[in-house]
Amino acid sequence: MCLGVPGKIVEVYDQGGLHMAKVDFGGIFREACLDYVPEAKVGDYCVIHVGFAISLLDEKEAMETLDLLKQISNLEEELGTESTP
Amino acid sequence: MSEETVNMEGAVCAPPLHHTDQIVMGHGAGGRMSHQLIQKAFLPAFQNPALQAGDDAALVDPGLRQQLSISTDSHVVWPLFFPGGDIGRLAVCGTVNDVAMLGAKPLYLTAGFILEEGLEMSTLQRVVASMQSAAQEAGVQIVAGDTKVVQKGKADGLYITTAGVGIVRPNVNIGGAQAKPGDVVILSGSIGDHGIAVLGARGELGFQSSIQSDVAPLNHLIEAMLNASENIHVLRDPTRGGLATTLNEIATQSNIGIQLDEKTIPVRPEVSAACEMLGFDPLYIANEGKLICFVPREDAENVLKAMRAMKYGEEALIIGEVTAEPQGRVLLKTALGSKRVVDMLAGEMLPRIC
Amino acid sequence: MKYVNEYRDAQLVRGVIEEIRRTVTRPWTLMEICGGQTHAIVRHGIDQLLPSEIELVHGPGCPVCVTPLELIDKALAIAACPDVIFCSYGDMLRVPGSGRDLFSVKAQGGNVRVVYSPLDAVKLAQENPDKQVVFFAIGFETTAPPNVMSVLQAQRLGLTNYSILVSHVRVPPAIKAILGSPSNRVQGFLLAGHVNAVMGYWEYPELAEQFKVPMVVTGFEPLDIVQGILKTVQLLEAGKVEVANAYSRAVTFDGNKPAQQTIQKVFMECDRKWRGIGTIPMSGWCLRLEFDAFNAEKRFDVEAIKAEESPLCIAGQILQGLKKPHNCPAFGTVCTPENPLGATMVSSEGACAAYYRYGRVNLEIHSSPQSR
Repeated sequence: MCLGVPGKIVEVYDQGGLHMAKVDFGGIFREACLDYVPEAKVGDYCVIHVGFAISLLDEKEAMETLDLLKQISNLEEELGTESTP
Repeated sequence: MSEETVNMEGAVCAPPLHHTDQIVMGHGAGGRMSHQLIQKAFLPAFQNPALQAGDDAALVDPGLRQQLSISTDSHVVWPLFFPGGDIGRLAVCGTVNDVAMLGAKPLYLTAGFILEEGLEMSTLQRVVASMQSAAQEAGVQIVAGDTKVVQKGKADGLYITTAGVGIVRPNVNIGGAQAKPGDVVILSGSIGDHGIAVLGARGELGFQSSIQSDVAPLNHLIEAMLNASENIHVLRDPTRGGLATTLNEIATQSNIGIQLDEKTIPVRPEVSAACEMLGFDPLYIANEGKLICFVPREDAENVLKAMRAMKYGEEALIIGEVTAEPQGRVLLKTALGSKRVVDMLAGEMLPRIC
Repeated sequence: MKYVNEYRDAQLVRGVIEEIRRTVTRPWTLMEICGGQTHAIVRHGIDQLLPSEIELVHGPGCPVCVTPLELIDKALAIAACPDVIFCSYGDMLRVPGSGRDLFSVKAQGGNVRVVYSPLDAVKLAQENPDKQVVFFAIGFETTAPPNVMSVLQAQRLGLTNYSILVSHVRVPPAIKAILGSPSNRVQGFLLAGHVNAVMGYWEYPELAEQFKVPMVVTGFEPLDIVQGILKTVQLLEAGKVEVANAYSRAVTFDGNKPAQQTIQKVFMECDRKWRGIGTIPMSGWCLRLEFDAFNAEKRFDVEAIKAEESPLCIAGQILQGLKKPHNCPAFGTVCTPENPLGATMVSSEGACAAYYRYGRVNLEIHSSPQSR
């Protein structure tokens, strides 16, 4: 139920009473409605679902999570796969 | 809130849907429904070995010194002009390529036009100029044609049907049923460009991109490949239905298995981005200027070298290999190292929200 | 693509799977609630790579799969009306109604259009004042904010030719029904990350506590999924009943407040039938009475349409995780994506379709030690 894709806001504007943005999905551009993430600005990344931003992506959280997962992976390398029960 | 337990064991669904009493869009998508239509509506009537072989062109032997390759295609693309090409270029290249994929040198094309009342003359002239340009690039002549006009509202502007004929090189035996275990699968370049370019140009899904269609005549590339190896088993262009459908067709025709390596399959970043956004898989998207080649591993090096020196083959690479088992199946080793089945496209590809 | 590629890193994914292997000491049955997650799992073969103690069962997380037959029939009836432009998300076109689908209606001349966004349907209504534009507003909570905004926008523009046919379902009542069922085997839940991006996860601690089942908010990329599984397994092994967040870059506890407020303004909770399951109380959203003007069920004469679901496939048991697609005798033979018997095969997200497209290798060549 949730094909939500990260996109980078490259432009914001108002149209027909809605707060809109031009979003870059990695070389593909589409407009999306920002009414639900009004604090989003140019340069921010949002999760976009059917033409609407539903969530602002938190860079700090993303980095922390990746760091944590990298630590887990490094641990796996150190211990080696022979430690499987 | 009610405390009653919901019966989670109910097993109910609607009766099956068989689209056998009328044509729906899925029949034209190039996938399984298209195949079933051919099996049910056409093959029982037009029985002959050339047609039964199931390749994109027919190999015929009229009792001359060499065999002929004959093919036909109809082109109904909309919009008529899209980034990287147009319906005219598509028409010429499509048939040139189908004829060439049997190892033939394409020589002559015919072109039938169905024109919609109200079509701008300048539009027709643009399309025709593009066809001539493509024909010149391919080195073929358009020697016969036909024109009909239909009432406004009946042809999306313009439909083109082409037929083509070419002479099959001596000492080749190329066709969808010729793949053998030990063959490698070579792909000439990135997948998904044409389909996404046309989808973008249609505007219905509202996205903009700089992706260009890859539509191109591949006969010169094929000639160079055939000069490099006499042992090429299969050549085909992955058009409607995409790479996945084409490989499934070959796996079925040759009764072999195909193992692909996901990490090797080239997809342009913008094509990948469009697919992510819409929920499409690049493996199923049409290509109009790419080919796949099955050749014994020993000859792969020579074929790749020849391809990379030619226009439209610069990015050629090996993406998989043929195995004896599982017969008729295409498998993919994912980037994570797991294996999954790659099936044929079923009906129409639809953007998803899930 | 940023925020996508990093989460497909094969080395990181394998590293987390090794950590799962190190953590697990006994079998656990987990359910992922979202069709998009099912799709990702089967597409990347993640279930093949997991230790055999972990069993993943697929929940009814595809709004396409669970839209009741009756509503599909109403959609078909409306789409067949002349002067109607019927707009829908792509995946709904293949869902079988009683004898027809939207493709058939289109083939008979119905004006059926695939749209990417509900705002595209509103635009169509503006551009075609002499036509009735009806939008098939299906979805879980993720899709509710976009769907309701289309109504508010139509209202703002003063459009009288726009209406929506609503089939919204909510996750918490579904989880409650699954966990409350006497045959339930699910011990841990992977929650649908984008549902939570909208709704937050404040609704779940009560459920987790009531049924003693840990739940973890999980994303959609391979790394997100294995991270969600790891967290769930860690909680299960430690005997902890908690709701944790493994998708923190996109989800907060409170969720998206403007979205929740807008949903409440336009929708109200109501009973909803789930295809293959039946009515789950208060599991749906319907238009509030003050938005009657935009309610397609009231605008069109479809009250009398009642559908009989006849028992032919086990989609229901698959949708709530009791059976796997390959347990079904019809799977891959009578029931295929081209001739679907039931909704799970129809939707490209449905468990059966995912299995059919990606998973048959396990049945035929038995290459994976995880095959069951």
